[in-house]
Parts: sequence; C-alpha cells; structure tokens
Amino acid sequence: MGNEYILGIFTLAGINLMTVLGLSLLTGFTGLFSFGHAGFMAIGGYATALMTLNFHWPFIPSLMVGGLAAALVSAVLGKVTLKLKGDYFCIATLGFGEAVRLILDNVQTFGGARGWPGIPHYTNFWNVLGINIVAIIILANLIHSRHGRNMIAVREEELASQIVGINVFKYKMISLVISAAYAGIAGGMMGHYMTFLQPKMFSLVKSTELTIIVIFGGLGSISGSVLGALVLTSLPEILRAFSSWRLVFYGLAVIFIMISRPEGLMGGYELTPSSMKRLYRNIVSKRSKAVHSAGGDK
Amino acid sequence: MGILELHGLTKTFGGLTAVGDVNFNVEKDSISGLIGPNGAGKTTIFNLITGVYKVTSGKIIFDGKDITNKEPYLIAESGITRTFQNIRLFKKLTVYENVLTACHYNANYSIFDSVLRLPKFRKQEKKLTEQAAELIEIMGLESRKDLIANNLPYGLQRRLEIARALALMPKLLLLDEPAAGMNPDETEQLMKLISEIRKRFNLTILIIEHHMDLIMGICENIMVLNFGCKLAEGTPTDVQNDKSVIEAYLGVE
Ligand SMILES: Nc1ncnc2c1ncn2[C@@H]1O[C@H](COP(=O)(O)OP(=O)(O)OP(=O)(O)O)[C@@H](O)[C@H]1O
Ligand SMILES: [Mg+2]
Repeated sequence: MGNEYILGIFTLAGINLMTVLGLSLLTGFTGLFSFGHAGFMAIGGYATALMTLNFHWPFIPSLMVGGLAAALVSAVLGKVTLKLKGDYFCIATLGFGEAVRLILDNVQTFGGARGWPGIPHYTNFWNVLGINIVAIIILANLIHSRHGRNMIAVREEELASQIVGINVFKYKMISLVISAAYAGIAGGMMGHYMTFLQPKMFSLVKSTELTIIVIFGGLGSISGSVLGALVLTSLPEILRAFSSWRLVFYGLAVIFIMISRPEGLMGGYELTPSSMKRLYRNIVSKRSKAVHSAGGDK
Repeated sequence: MGILELHGLTKTFGGLTAVGDVNFNVEKDSISGLIGPNGAGKTTIFNLITGVYKVTSGKIIFDGKDITNKEPYLIAESGITRTFQNIRLFKKLTVYENVLTACHYNANYSIFDSVLRLPKFRKQEKKLTEQAAELIEIMGLESRKDLIANNLPYGLQRRLEIARALALMPKLLLLDEPAAGMNPDETEQLMKLISEIRKRFNLTILIIEHHMDLIMGICENIMVLNFGCKLAEGTPTDVQNDKSVIEAYLGVE
C-alpha cells in the first residue's frame, strides 16, 4: 500500500465528507431528511466541469459556480416542498435526485448516459483538505450562532419555534440551500478527481449512502460526521482485499454501531479541545478514585 | 380599547363550533383570566390568537393592528407569546439553551457576521448570553441551568417555558394552565412569580387556569367560556356571584 493509495482514499473520503457536512446541517441540526443529495452533487459536478472545460475558468472559482448552481436549484425545490408537512419533503428529495439523474442520462450535450470524459484532474488531497477545513469552520461558526440555534430549535419542536418567533420555513430553506451548495462543491471535486462524470455516479444509492454516513456519525455532531465519512469511505476500500466479503463487513459495521449506539457514533457530542480535556480529566479522576478505594481496602 | 380585542371570534372544526362569536377585550397592563369547563374552547382561543389555528370568522386586533390569520412567528414578532397546556420545550436542549435560543430576537447579526465571527456577532452574542443568564436567575432556575429540559421536574418545566417566553420581551403573555400538576405550595409561588414578572417586564397577561384560588387571586378581569360561547365577564366577585357561571362551572358551595 503506497502513499498514493492512502492519499487517494482520503481524497475520496474528503469529497464525501463535503456533502456529508452539508447533510449534517440539514439532517443533524435542522431535522430534515434528504434522499436526493446526490442530485445536488450531480448539478455541481456538471456545472463545475462546464466552467473548467468550456469557459476555461480556474478550478476554485468553477467549484463556487458548481456550489451556486446546486444552491439555486435547491432554493426552487425548497420553495415548493418545504411548506409541506414533514415526510413529503423527504419523498420530494428522492424524486428530485432521480429526476436529475434521468435528465442527465438524456442530455447529449454532456454525453448522456455514456458520461462526460476528459475532465482535467484538478482535485488532489491538499485542495480537498483545505476546502473541507474551511467548510467545517463555516459550519461550526454557523451552528454556534443564533441562526444555528434557531435551526436546532426547528429540529426539536417546530410549533414552539414558531411561538418564539422563529421563521421555520426560512431556516429550513437556509439549511437546505447551504447543504446543497456543499454537495455541489463536492460534486465538482468528484468530477475533477475521477476525470469523468456519469449520471449513474449520482444514483439513489449514493444519496442513501450519504445519509447513512450522517446517521452513523451521529445526528447533531460535526465531528461525528467527519469520523463517519472517514470510516465509511475508507472501510470499503481497505476491505477491498477481502473482495466479496467487503460488503458484509461494511454492513456489519453499520449494524454494530446502530445497535450499540442508536444515536450514532458521536450522537450530539463534539470532539473539541475542551471536550477532550474534560474527558481526560474524567478518566484521570476515575483512575485516582479507583486507586484510592483500592488503597482503602488494605 | 384594549391591547387585545377579539371581535366575533369563531372557530369551527367540521360541524363542531369550538369557539362561537366571542367578543373580549384585554386591557393593557392587566392580568385577565379565561376560565370554563373542559372542552369549552379556551386553548382554541389561544391557538387562534397566536396563529396556530386559522380563524373561521371574526377579527383579532392587537395593539391597534389586525393580526387575524397571520403566521405564528409574525404574531410573536408583534409581541404576543405563550406557554402550552401540554408543555412544549426544546426537550433535548439544556435549560440555558432553551432560553438563549428564544433570546435570538434581541440580536440582528446576519449569517455572514456569524460565519466570519465579526465584531457585531461577538458584541450581540455577549448581550444575548447575559440576557439569558439574567432571565434564568429571575425565574429561579440558576442551579439547574445545565440540565436537559426534559429531566426537569414538571413544575420547573412550566417555569422554564415562561422564562423562554419572556426572552422575547413580549407585550402580551398567554399562559395556558401554568399551575396544572402543581401542588398548592407551588401554585402559591407561581402566583407571586406571575405578579412579579408582570411588574418587572411591563406585561399584559391572559391566563387559562382551573385553580380558582389563583385566578380569583390575581386576575382583574375574567371571561367565562362555556361550549365555545362567552357565558359571563367581569371582576372575580362579579363572576363568582353570577348564577349561570355557578351553574355551568363553579358549582354550588
Ligand atoms: N385540532 C382540533 N381538531 C378538532 N377539534 C378540536 C381541535 N382542537 C380542539 N378541538 C375541539 O374544540 C373543543 C375545545 O377544545 P379546547 O382545547 O379549546 O378546550 P379547553 O377549553 O382548552 O379545554 P381544557 O380545559 O380541557 O383544556 C373541544 O371539543 C375539542 O375537542
Ligand atoms: Mg385547554
């Protein structure tokens, strides 16, 4: 296993992580489930490739266009579906994701179902890392503000949110648009990593995988999402050595977490310097207590 | 001219008239009561005032403005907030977070300010945390501010819901059975607290309650509701001596 190979796995994990961060905001912090985020990745992927290939824009600005395109489409989707009660939004995202894939299958300008080859290889470990760090900082700062608290309130209790003056629709919308922008950027990075795009890369299976990662990592935890994306993207790769058994291992790992920790790996907790210090102190104080009581027994 | 006026307020659910042609005025700075037997339509009136239910017919005027059928968050913005008969806290958040969330009103920094942690964010956020801490202290929840709301004893959950409502600095506070499930001691304390916060926050308060001691003790004006219609209105003494009220609700002593 060379360095290249490991960096490759991390790059893929980072690309997934970008979408997962957005989904974490939408699902983990605002309480809305989506089964169509692969659709936003597709829109971002194709839009970014359009900018670099046809307009010869540099990579990063092209990614921004990809994110923006996904965000705009999500705003339209949100406008029509977010006023509906609960589960309808979830169903609408599912239909949306499939619709995007079917449309791309049939648009010959981008190669239709055969795909779109010849996209420059701009994505590497380092720019993925940089973009993810910025994305995490933006997310953490947003969540620890009145806007983030309002989203959490919407997740907890919609009616009470309204009664304390929170515009529930607006905050669902903001959350959806930001999550779509993240997915769009991730799609752009993906196209420029694989050097080709194909509609079937953005299937319902992909959307589901992303949502599973968020749940696996723990709803309402950014660090959980990071761990989830790293573990669940690299696991299938590492298990490739066991070829036919890998899906079994993967499934078992997910089931194990779901049973032993139904709230997900991190469920509502964050790994921050201060929380780690607290954890360390707890362990140390337990240890010293144990030592003391052992001493008392003598 | 009251701060809140209900004009011919009516709400039907299918064939059932939950509230029928109710007219009522709440005077500014008063404490008013809304009483009546179970199913009389009291909570429905709160739901209509706060926009949770759409009005079938009639008008609601608050502070001189028509707020009929406005979205609940806009009604909150205009200065009305409430507590719920079946407590609706942000259950998994701490006491402090519940109050802090509701304080959001007193800041206006944008998403951009928060993402970049601009000075406006820092300054206003500091103000919000101070305000939340102060409210928690006033409501006597200081020692439990880091507890998860759902783990609080019942009486304190009701208190927390009032604290959260006050965070909006409302002009009109609607309390739906705030003493439900409390023992006489706690009810007594709650009465004191309500009078206190009224003075301190310059509030107008409208209370639904079945504890007659509380209602008769602190309300200046009372409306009695029966089968969705107004049965009587007046001072506690008026209401207590009203024949139809005694018959329908209070019972003979
Ligand atoms: N959403 C609804 N759909 C149908 N009927 C409703 C609805 N909400 C209330 N009602 C009916 O309206 C009537 C008034 O109910 P409401 O909750 O206002 O009574 P209340 O005076 O608050 O009673 P309680 O003292 O028991 O709280 C009841 O008959 C109730 O069943
Ligand atoms: Mg009621």
